[in-house]
Amino acid sequence: MSLIPENRLAELSGDDVKRYSRHLILPEVGWEGQQRLKAAKVLIVGTGGLGAPLALYLAAAGVGTLGLVDFDTVEASNLQRQIIHSTRDIDRPKVASARDRIRGINPDIKVITHNTRLSSANALEILRNYDVVADGTDNFPTRYLVNDACVLLGIPTVYGSIYQFEGQASVFYAKKGPCYRCLYPAPPPPGLVPSCGEGGVLGVLPGIIGCIQANEVIKLIVDADEHEGRSLIGRLLLFDAWQLKFRELALDKEPACPICGEQPTIHDLVDYEEFCGLKREEAEVPVKAISARDLKARLDAGDRIQLIDVREPHERAIFQFEGAKAIPFGQLIRRKEEFNPEIDAVFICKIGQRSIYAIRALRDAGYTGRMFNLKDGSNAWARDVDPSLPQY
Amino acid sequence: MSVTIQIPSALRAFTERKSEIAVEAKTVGEAITALTNLYPDIRPHLFEEEGKLRSFINVYVAGKNVRNAGGVEAAIPDGETLTLVPAIAGGAPLGVRL
Ligand SMILES: [Zn+2]
Repeated sequence: MSLIPENRLAELSGDDVKRYSRHLILPEVGWEGQQRLKAAKVLIVGTGGLGAPLALYLAAAGVGTLGLVDFDTVEASNLQRQIIHSTRDIDRPKVASARDRIRGINPDIKVITHNTRLSSANALEILRNYDVVADGTDNFPTRYLVNDACVLLGIPTVYGSIYQFEGQASVFYAKKGPCYRCLYPAPPPPGLVPSCGEGGVLGVLPGIIGCIQANEVIKLIVDADEHEGRSLIGRLLLFDAWQLKFRELALDKEPACPICGEQPTIHDLVDYEEFCGLKREEAEVPVKAISARDLKARLDAGDRIQLIDVREPHERAIFQFEGAKAIPFGQLIRRKEEFNPEIDAVFICKIGQRSIYAIRALRDAGYTGRMFNLKDGSNAWARDVDPSLPQY
Repeated sequence: MSVTIQIPSALRAFTERKSEIAVEAKTVGEAITALTNLYPDIRPHLFEEEGKLRSFINVYVAGKNVRNAGGVEAAIPDGETLTLVPAIAGGAPLGVRL
């Protein structure tokens, strides 16, 4: 059965015929396909790197109702990739900025903004009003939340995800194929797989993956599978922007999947922070912290301290930490013999987060010396001790 | 027997940014153990403490997920490629809360 049944097909006006003529003369879309697009309600979760091209192209294509969920405001560092926002939008809510841009492209689109965090408390209420959900979120708890809500409501999720140069895309539709939990039953614990905030992302990458998502949204609405097309249901597309390589992997529905499998055990939304280990993390053995000012005072007093800079070489090129030994995060365990457990060690990264994971990794690997985390990282040093150095 | 392991960008911090590592191995378990011997920092990201593959990493050999097809015991034909496909979320800095 089609996502947009016959009785919901929308009337096309004379203006619609002009605007969408390139769709109308495409036999696989045609009049009926455009009627479906006009009737369709699509929710875009996140108006960041993936949400930007999604919203722009779906608006241009004539998707009648676009919902936008985001709680964030536009920052200067977003503009490198989130092309729906402009320089003058800095500090505005992202959903407001995106709505204005959509109206400029296509004033006929109904835009519903949800300036809120998607949560277990509001997700079903929001998502149930839509035909398709496009997932452009940037964190694991929300991904599992969106997946579970869509499975429970019987809605397809058009999935996209990015890291540095690599992207993934698929369509998760439990009625016809696997869901996100079939692919990844559990998320990485915090700190195991780094995220873009410290890992960086090539600005064009979310543009490419977001466009693939927009393509899949349109195909679901116009029922491409019934017109010799093939959706990404049951397939995982991998894209490497640096080597310019597309690869496709088969995704199977997991019979033991706890939400879409043969004997589901999840019948309602859960606590996704807890599921993703964010609460567990707080219960772990705490890591000792030292502020930038206190570290400076100890160094000035002549204390013996091993300073370990766990940032990557390209980061050290932006900001060289004087007197620190450089051992990138990914080489700490292999090189742990280079530390002296008799002397206090202070670990330095950009914002004081990787350094915490560095200390935990070394502790797990059996290092016994005293370890401190430079609170808020090299950015705090630049802010509080040596303003001639850059915060980046 | 030579096996090429494709390293996703999320894990390249542990392989000196290399995108492909060649190892000698006959099974998935041998290949990944050889990789972790070369780069011990990657080990906690691939194996749980009990030596099981992590559930947020999928291992594909010849386009097929080995999770329900032998797991670490799955054989790798000579010259074949093993692809690691980790869960990636994108965007938010570490520690950002819902
Ligand atoms: Zn599933």
